[in-house]
Amino acid sequence: MRTLLVWVAGCWTLAGLSPLALANGWNMPVGVTDLSREIYSLHMTIFWICVAIGVVVFGVMFYSLFRFRRSRGAKADNFHENTTVEVLWTAIPLLILVGMAVPATATLVKMYDASDAELDVMITGQQWRWRYEYLGEDVAFTSNMSTPRAQIRGEEARGEHYLLEVDEPLVLPTNRKVRFLMTADDVIHSWWVPDLAVKQDTIPGFINENWVNIDEPGIYRGQCAELCGMDHGFMPIVVHAMEGEEFDEWLAERKEAAAEEALGVDRDWELDELMERGEAVYGSICASCHQAEGQGAPPAFPSLAGNERLIEDVEWHVQTIVNGVSGTAMPAFRSTLNPVEIAAVATFTRNAWGNDTGDAVQPSEIAEQLAQ
Amino acid sequence: MAPKLPPQPPLEHSSAATAGGAAAHHAPPRGMLRWLLTTNHKEIGSLYLIFSLIMFFIGGIFALVVRAELFQPGLQLVNPEFFNQMTTMHGLIMVFAAVMPAFTGLANWMIPLQIGAPDMALPRLNNFSFWLLPVAFLLLLSTLLMPGGGPNFGWTFYAPLSTTFAPPSTTFFILSLHIAGISSILGAINIVATILNMRAPGMRMMDMPLFVWTWLITAFLLIAVMPVLAGVITMMLMDINFGTSFFNAAGGGDPVLFQHLFWFFGHPEVYIMILPAFGIVSAIIPTFARKPLFGYASMVYATASIALLSFLVWAHHMFVVGLPLVAELFFMYTTMLIAVPTGVKVFNWITTLFRGSITFEPPMLFALAFVVLFTIGGFSGLMLAIAPADFQYHDTYFVVAHFHYVLVPGAVFAIMAGVYYWLPKWTGHYPNVRLSQWHFWLSVIGVNLTFFPMHFSGLAGMPRRIPDYALQFADFNLVSSLGAFMFGASQLVFVAVVILCVRGGEKAPAKAWEGAEDLEWSVPSPAPLHTFETPPTFSPHVH
Amino acid sequence: MSHEDHDARSRNPGVRRTVVRSVAALIGMFAFAFALVPLYDVFCRVTGINGKVDNTAQAVVHEGVDDSRYVTVQFITRGSSGLPWRMEVETRQVRVHPGQTSEVNFTFRNQSAEANWGRAVPSVSPSRASRHLRKVSCFCFDEQYLEAGERLELPLVFQLARDLPPDVNTVTLVYTLYPVTDARAPLRAQVTAGKGDEA
Repeated sequence: MRTLLVWVAGCWTLAGLSPLALANGWNMPVGVTDLSREIYSLHMTIFWICVAIGVVVFGVMFYSLFRFRRSRGAKADNFHENTTVEVLWTAIPLLILVGMAVPATATLVKMYDASDAELDVMITGQQWRWRYEYLGEDVAFTSNMSTPRAQIRGEEARGEHYLLEVDEPLVLPTNRKVRFLMTADDVIHSWWVPDLAVKQDTIPGFINENWVNIDEPGIYRGQCAELCGMDHGFMPIVVHAMEGEEFDEWLAERKEAAAEEALGVDRDWELDELMERGEAVYGSICASCHQAEGQGAPPAFPSLAGNERLIEDVEWHVQTIVNGVSGTAMPAFRSTLNPVEIAAVATFTRNAWGNDTGDAVQPSEIAEQLAQ
Repeated sequence: MAPKLPPQPPLEHSSAATAGGAAAHHAPPRGMLRWLLTTNHKEIGSLYLIFSLIMFFIGGIFALVVRAELFQPGLQLVNPEFFNQMTTMHGLIMVFAAVMPAFTGLANWMIPLQIGAPDMALPRLNNFSFWLLPVAFLLLLSTLLMPGGGPNFGWTFYAPLSTTFAPPSTTFFILSLHIAGISSILGAINIVATILNMRAPGMRMMDMPLFVWTWLITAFLLIAVMPVLAGVITMMLMDINFGTSFFNAAGGGDPVLFQHLFWFFGHPEVYIMILPAFGIVSAIIPTFARKPLFGYASMVYATASIALLSFLVWAHHMFVVGLPLVAELFFMYTTMLIAVPTGVKVFNWITTLFRGSITFEPPMLFALAFVVLFTIGGFSGLMLAIAPADFQYHDTYFVVAHFHYVLVPGAVFAIMAGVYYWLPKWTGHYPNVRLSQWHFWLSVIGVNLTFFPMHFSGLAGMPRRIPDYALQFADFNLVSSLGAFMFGASQLVFVAVVILCVRGGEKAPAKAWEGAEDLEWSVPSPAPLHTFETPPTFSPHVH
Repeated sequence: MSHEDHDARSRNPGVRRTVVRSVAALIGMFAFAFALVPLYDVFCRVTGINGKVDNTAQAVVHEGVDDSRYVTVQFITRGSSGLPWRMEVETRQVRVHPGQTSEVNFTFRNQSAEANWGRAVPSVSPSRASRHLRKVSCFCFDEQYLEAGERLELPLVFQLARDLPPDVNTVTLVYTLYPVTDARAPLRAQVTAGKGDEA
């Protein structure tokens, strides 16, 4: 009788607490794909199984602790074996586990079927940003965190999407199967958006596959999930899912913009113009390592301000930006930045923070080098 | 090693041991030199325990730096680079310098006493394995002061972050892990040799206390996997310094291979940190329930099956690296299977309580908290085993919550339970009950405040190892940080209890706890420096 | 062992036996860790884990072309830091029948004023397709050497086996260009000279 009371009390306490636990922001998001909903339901099933086992096990335990205290005059029994019970409590958990393994297997098989995708997006992790390439569409861009460093340092009020906002979100169509090909340039990163239930490591030199079919337009946010160095906490992911037609328009616009930018390569740029553009590129791409004032963080990240080699040797400077430095966090920007951006950022770093070389590196020179 | 051995012949060496030891304890060196040169298992045990307590505080301070930075959003105290060094050092110190040496210390003290042996089988080797540890960890801590800072790639040191992109101090990190690994291996060999060869006449394997059993199995795990760790870090060393490409895709290597090798070591390592805890709890619960342990044999078999399974589950740490479907399924099933022997253990403990005559002395409080909180950690472990769901849990604070539940109120509480349980034997005094109770309740509340909210922040989407977080995680982190400081502060009470207990307190008789049955309770309290120089007569009690 | 411990107890033959066996197990496990490296490699090639492919040429198997199905084979080329080369493929994707042998040309250009060594590291997705991919000839089998400004065209000749799982209808081949670093240069020189005694 008393056992029953304890159990009932236990169940009620848990039932009372559960809405709290299931409220928004306390639990795994249900998400916006079939798979994310399946995963959510697996999660809740196994959770409730654990709760049920917990209620029974802890129920018996606390009942024993209460009922068989010596202070209540309990005399110890001497039994220490019971084969039937021992076999039972080996067999029953085994059956529960088999019951759990069946739906989990089914979901896993679905997750591994990336065939028949309508769109391929290549995702590349880089210290500390993401690069997205729409394969076969000539659209590619990098996505950097856009939260200002001043907010992180607490000098400005923090915005609603603090640390989870980017300059260029990944735009995806809804109700189309999109295949992701994932890799990394330097160390292992992990691309994770909870609402899409996609988390996949991006491994340098290797390709991983995953896929998604979003059914609700919206903005979904995530983060890098694998420790990837200093700014691991500052490489968010934002996915902007839009209806198919809207997406097609967006893609066409992006293609046009890229073509327009390519035209800019041929003309001569003024120093001021390059500086302005370069400062923006520097802020989003370079500042995380080489720091806002170009002071760097030696030994890992060399300083640019007053760097003699940089000031004296334009060619080396440009080559370093274009080809990167093997075995360091300095990537090759030959294919991730366009010639205008490379020229602008080279010009900016040659003239900012007292470097004052007066050089204006022209986009056309860069384009020429890259087209050799 | 067969479970049913015939009674062993009397230990013929025992008189020789007394004679050999006699010369040594007539003129013991004094002061520091005595501790430096001691070959006595009790003194070495104490050295291990003191070392691990100091390291527990150092690792704890690193954790508090992390928690202080995470107290609120934004970067206030440390920069991300130093933050990463703190998380890494916290993990390394707690695993290799706090929890493992604490169990080795308890093994040194208690295994000879529990099996009726005069000392460890290889006493000088024992001294050597201990003194390797301070060397290893001073070296590791000194990397924090080196240019470029200490290790900053997490305690799992995944390549290529820990090879191509590592700070220059990484070579010293590797050296220090090598030394610590050698220390563990030598300790393990010593423990195996002691248990297999030095039991009191008449004590069969299946008569051994569970703490001895679990340590025997743990020692086998150590001998099997520490060389693999040594191999992995040697490969890292070669990749960093000699231009090989084990883990570097550019030279035809594979970063994922690192993870396979690491977790082939790493998962058994996790059990190395919990199996002896099972042994301690299995000693304490029957003592304070005044009733024999339920299912002794099944406890032994469950421990052995957990150890064997631990070699077959490593890739569940790698569900999102892009394993093929078959591998995901295999590792999901084997991982789920571990719940069965673990469950058997929990059921056995609870059935031991059932119809006992229970009292709540400090060791019992910690052992009971262990059962409850370790089981909660087991539940989240079961959830993590479900591979599709793990795609959402992996590398989030949910995982942090899970392994801290099995390691802090799991392994660490079991160590503390063991310390409270055996302190009367070590010092001859009972620990102060009122202070112990304060320590217990503050720790239990602190631990849950710290780690329970992490389940929620993880599910809500907070990745681990980040120095700053989005605003929706602020409340959880605030509570976690407050809990962490509370837990940290309450360990000062523990130190006070231990110091007071060494210096005085209520006198304890040989059999300090009325329900205690094992051999250690047949020697006086405090245990004299030399015990069982003539083997005790051992009569198996009911198992 | 004896020099570490002269105590009478350690002369117990049982202890000696335990120690000898443990040390043997230790050495065995240490060797096993290193043995895992080639074992893993073989295991990966056999099972296709990680999209690893054989890095030696395979013979074409004349097993007849399966006209009933098409498979899209995509090619992606990637650069990496430290190598001033450009790598391009003549076509982004081809549609082939299983059993059919196809050839695709890749262009390598060294855009710098220095000669260097590079290597294209292959990876296949989905990984289970990799053991059904036979590379008859591939630039990825060897390290490449390009003079300053040199341009080199190299073919990839491959065949998809007829037993490619029916649900695989897209296979992606990714090549990442890596510099062959200086640290490895002497090693390579030795290997090419045929006297790798120090390596």
